Amino acid sequence: MAPLAIRACTATSAVGPGREALAQALRDGRTGLRRNDFGDAAVDSGRLDCWIGRVDGLETIELPASLMPWDSRNNRLAWLALGQDGMREAIDGAIARHGAERVAVIVGTSTSSIGSTETAYTALENGEFADEFARPHVHTPHSLGEFVQQATGLRGPCITVATACSSSAKVFAQAARMIDAGLADAALVGGVDTLCGSVLFGFNSLQLVSGEPCRPFDAARNGLSLGEAGGFALLERAGDGDTGLQLRGYGESSDAHHMSSPHPEGLGARLAMRDALARAGIDADEVGYLNLHGTATPANDSIEAAAVASLFPDALHASSTKGWTGHTLGAAGIVESTIALIALERGELPGTLGSRTPDPACGPQIRFASRRADIRYAMNNSFGFGGNNCSLVFGRA
Amino acid sequence: MSMLQAQVEGIGFWTRGLPSWAAAREYALDGTQPTDAPARPSPQLLPANERRRAPETVAIALEVAMAACESASREPASLPSVFASTHGELSITDYMCATLAADPRALSPTKFHNSVHNAAAGYWTIGTGAMQPANAISAYTASFAQGLIEALTQLHADADAVLLVAYDGQSAGPLAMMAPSEGLLGGALVLSRQGAGPRLHARLVPASAHAPATGPLARFASANAMAPMLPLFDVLARGQGTAVLPAGAAHDLLVEVT
Repeated sequence: MAPLAIRACTATSAVGPGREALAQALRDGRTGLRRNDFGDAAVDSGRLDCWIGRVDGLETIELPASLMPWDSRNNRLAWLALGQDGMREAIDGAIARHGAERVAVIVGTSTSSIGSTETAYTALENGEFADEFARPHVHTPHSLGEFVQQATGLRGPCITVATACSSSAKVFAQAARMIDAGLADAALVGGVDTLCGSVLFGFNSLQLVSGEPCRPFDAARNGLSLGEAGGFALLERAGDGDTGLQLRGYGESSDAHHMSSPHPEGLGARLAMRDALARAGIDADEVGYLNLHGTATPANDSIEAAAVASLFPDALHASSTKGWTGHTLGAAGIVESTIALIALERGELPGTLGSRTPDPACGPQIRFASRRADIRYAMNNSFGFGGNNCSLVFGRA
Repeated sequence: MSMLQAQVEGIGFWTRGLPSWAAAREYALDGTQPTDAPARPSPQLLPANERRRAPETVAIALEVAMAACESASREPASLPSVFASTHGELSITDYMCATLAADPRALSPTKFHNSVHNAAAGYWTIGTGAMQPANAISAYTASFAQGLIEALTQLHADADAVLLVAYDGQSAGPLAMMAPSEGLLGGALVLSRQGAGPRLHARLVPASAHAPATGPLARFASANAMAPMLPLFDVLARGQGTAVLPAGAAHDLLVEVT
């Protein structure tokens, strides 16, 4: 594929707002996970006994009046993330170069603003939404896309991608196609997902939530830790003589196996990684860092490790960073792409925080310790419910 | 502005009262309606017990997707797919929110994994064995147009053929006031670079004020959230013509069928 320049990139997660906080936490081995303090402990159901990656300060963020129709925890996190790392200036620059109508908004989420719908249901008046919750554009999946468009002034095609935990990786692929077809000259991509009852109690119902901080690829791993995050990247057709970070390839696939369990041989994962490498026009041994999906559920990690071992040499440095952020679901793609870009830019390859005992079922590519190395290409894997897989390859011009 | 093109190789359609593309086409052309239309689609892709239990939006998505593949004589597993829905399965969103308000620990794990917006895409790829990419998007009233754009840009990039599936279902519970949608409506197209069927040309144009669509199908299912797709199906029923589809804040998608 034709390379796409990444003019700006940012991620806000439990380790703090913006890319520098993320890079610093990765360097220091400082987790963003804490004991679950989300929701109302006083109600009968209480809180689940688990650890979460919660973003501080969302409760007190005040959106501008014009954006209040979209007010929700999820859109507040989008707002916070948009304010980091020069993203607003980069967006304004793209508007100046191409016109607002030539810049697309393609963002991913799994639950969008459903937290607000959940809250509305706890305060129904005569079976109807109370006035303060009666804002139709919040209670639908496109709440995120519409909010980002309103908040940035962008006027190009605007789409919310919702393929569960691959959502904000797939946005890169969809943006690449849209720019390639000439429907836009640039695209703001990214994703936002926030903690809510649906995901906490939903993943709990599937018995996938650990009572401890998650330990990806550890022999004793026993489930995931949920987190919330938001992030964005501004993509533009790369010009001659461009320097800087680029999207070089994407690969997408389906497991065709089960709604909430991965394909036992990781066939879908392998297809996605292979196609991403093919579109980038590189061999597997040219990849210096792979950020794994690595949720710390027993099934995901050993299957993903086997798929990686089937494609990559032993020398690959691959790790899961869920121990820093938790599994941020629809935001995992953008957060972990940002981490792959940090590795590419700074030569700081993160390890796997919280994990101590390697699982003998996982190959030598899976690294627990961080390392410094200059690399040419970095990859990110994001896999979701429904057997929905996406891999991305990033490089430098 | 770039023009995107495709052949429409196959069409699938289902709504209450018009349970196939043949029935919809007949209604659009001469106003006749079948007398024995079923209340719910019965997609043969699912085993009998799952067919009854599947969320309605999954059932209709699978029904129209399979019909489109059959009319195109395309092997379903060979096609990448794009699923567009404004709201997803509203009865599950209502269930999730009501259960979380009453007794969160009673949440059904099956309902939870069926709550993802890509549930229909997941069941489709599982049922057909399709390991091709599947996308699931939402863009409010522009959901169909943006789904069509994504399908056309996949063809432009490197796909030979792609399946587009669009659907919305019945809203439920207190949420119905916020996310209104009536009945059950689904449409699917198999689009290809080169193949049989009418030629479709699409380009973004500046948004204009929309008068309510007046085609027979557009009026038949106007209260469903996926109704914005219907002007194109009215054109496809006639065999040629032009449809203007809402495509977002600044654009419409002008679609010409020749």
